[in-house]
Amino acid sequence: MRHFAAGSAGVSLVNNIFERMGRKILFFVESLGHFAIFVRSLIRWVVGGYFEWKQILIQMLRIGVESMPVSVMTAFFTGMVLALQSGESSKHFLNEPLFIGTLVSFSMVMELAPVMTALVVSGRAGAAIAAELGTMKVTDQIDALYTLGTDPIRYLVIPRVAAFLLVLPFLTVMSDFSGIMGGYLVAKVKFGIAPNVYWHDIIDNMRIRHFVHGYVKTYVFAFAISLICCFKGIETRGGAEGVGKSTTAAVVISMVSVLILDYFATAVLVALGIT
Amino acid sequence: MIEAKGVKKSYGHRHILRGIDLTVETGETLIIIGGSGMGKSTFLKCVIGLARPEEGSISVDGIEIGRLQSEEDWAHYRQRIGYLFQEGALFDSLSVWENVSFGLRYLTDIPPYRYRKIASEKLALVGLKDVEDLKPSELSGGMKKRVALARAIASDPSYILYDEPTTGLDPIMSDVISDLMLDLQKKLNVTSIAVTHDMKLAYKAASRIAMLHEGKFLAVGTPEEIKSSANPYVRQFVDGKSVGPIHMKLRDFDPDEESEEHGDLRVS
Repeated sequence: MRHFAAGSAGVSLVNNIFERMGRKILFFVESLGHFAIFVRSLIRWVVGGYFEWKQILIQMLRIGVESMPVSVMTAFFTGMVLALQSGESSKHFLNEPLFIGTLVSFSMVMELAPVMTALVVSGRAGAAIAAELGTMKVTDQIDALYTLGTDPIRYLVIPRVAAFLLVLPFLTVMSDFSGIMGGYLVAKVKFGIAPNVYWHDIIDNMRIRHFVHGYVKTYVFAFAISLICCFKGIETRGGAEGVGKSTTAAVVISMVSVLILDYFATAVLVALGIT
Repeated sequence: MIEAKGVKKSYGHRHILRGIDLTVETGETLIIIGGSGMGKSTFLKCVIGLARPEEGSISVDGIEIGRLQSEEDWAHYRQRIGYLFQEGALFDSLSVWENVSFGLRYLTDIPPYRYRKIASEKLALVGLKDVEDLKPSELSGGMKKRVALARAIASDPSYILYDEPTTGLDPIMSDVISDLMLDLQKKLNVTSIAVTHDMKLAYKAASRIAMLHEGKFLAVGTPEEIKSSANPYVRQFVDGKSVGPIHMKLRDFDPDEESEEHGDLRVS
């Protein structure tokens, strides 16, 4: 009898596991469907030419002002670390700190500034967007938009996506410059490299296509972060707890997406010879 | 006139509306009463088009909602209907006058330079003055409700839908809102549907009262008819008694069901 009860409990446990897995898969497929509808609606409004210019400007200021200090500071210290590491390494192998400017500028412009700025902005502005839209959802403000004759995609999502596309490349350029300045500070103070050596190092080796390589990526990141954060915000369910959950999910998914997309964008750009 | 025929609506496995038939005549105020989770707000959302019924039809002045397709159709339809949300649903980032005039841009052809004046007029209609430049966070609960009501009437609708207009308000403010509903009905000659648990409001403001229970209307009648109804369900609800055919049961906590049903009390 006890043996039978134990067997029955085992079957129930297996059923439970399958049921939970099934629920997760269903939820995932359902979310994908909602995301596809969301993107279709976005495209429809964009093709229709419905732009809320005032909202786009407001969002550009918010995203830019909120994120610029953090992204510039992050890039500055990243540039400093790069200079320190590369200077010490070349001193170790070549007895003098060589090519610091080249290494810092290439690393920052092609890879680190676009990726780190995207990560910082998704943590700062992306989280704010998901939380704001999530709160609007759970307090019926999204429904209120419909009753007042507009669509949340048009009024809330398109301005945020557009603002991201316009602001993130600008922030990345600021980060490029800030990182290179950070590298310059370490090269000069720590290794005593003359300014003209550092800058010539960059000017002699850097080409427009290296800048384009990093710049193009920022548009991919901006599109991904803004879409994910807006979608998670608008899909929020279940009050304050739901807002917290969707904000966390928005930040985590957008950060991971930036890293994954970085590989594929780099692969495409390399294939196109933009490297 | 609003006409609902055989309206059915489900959320997942829960059948919220199970074949609603209802006619609301032009100029009347219909109050829908019933327990939590019985589908009162869902019915209102079907009327405004925020929820889509699986079966049946709802038409307003002969326009069937299910047939509305383009943005223009919807804008034209929603211009005729004002909706007061339970918690007001004011936009936090906008000032009071921007909230009130928000719909004018999308629902009407009124030029923007007139928005502020119209907002002040509508605010005066609901008894508010000198609040135009405040943010919603600076208002009391009663003021928020009134601003939300001013927003609902901003585009001069023919119909107003009230979702729990007195919930969360003190008895005096509830009475103020009841008076406002009556006042607006007289001044604007609008047709209204309100859902509420507040029997004082129902008796005061209603032309007719309808009781919704388990997705169907159990009784529809004048306030006097509802007051003297012999239907045991209606009697229990209007008298507010815990003993009777409607059983309130505290369900065992289940987080998945919780998220679907938005509450832990259900009339069964």
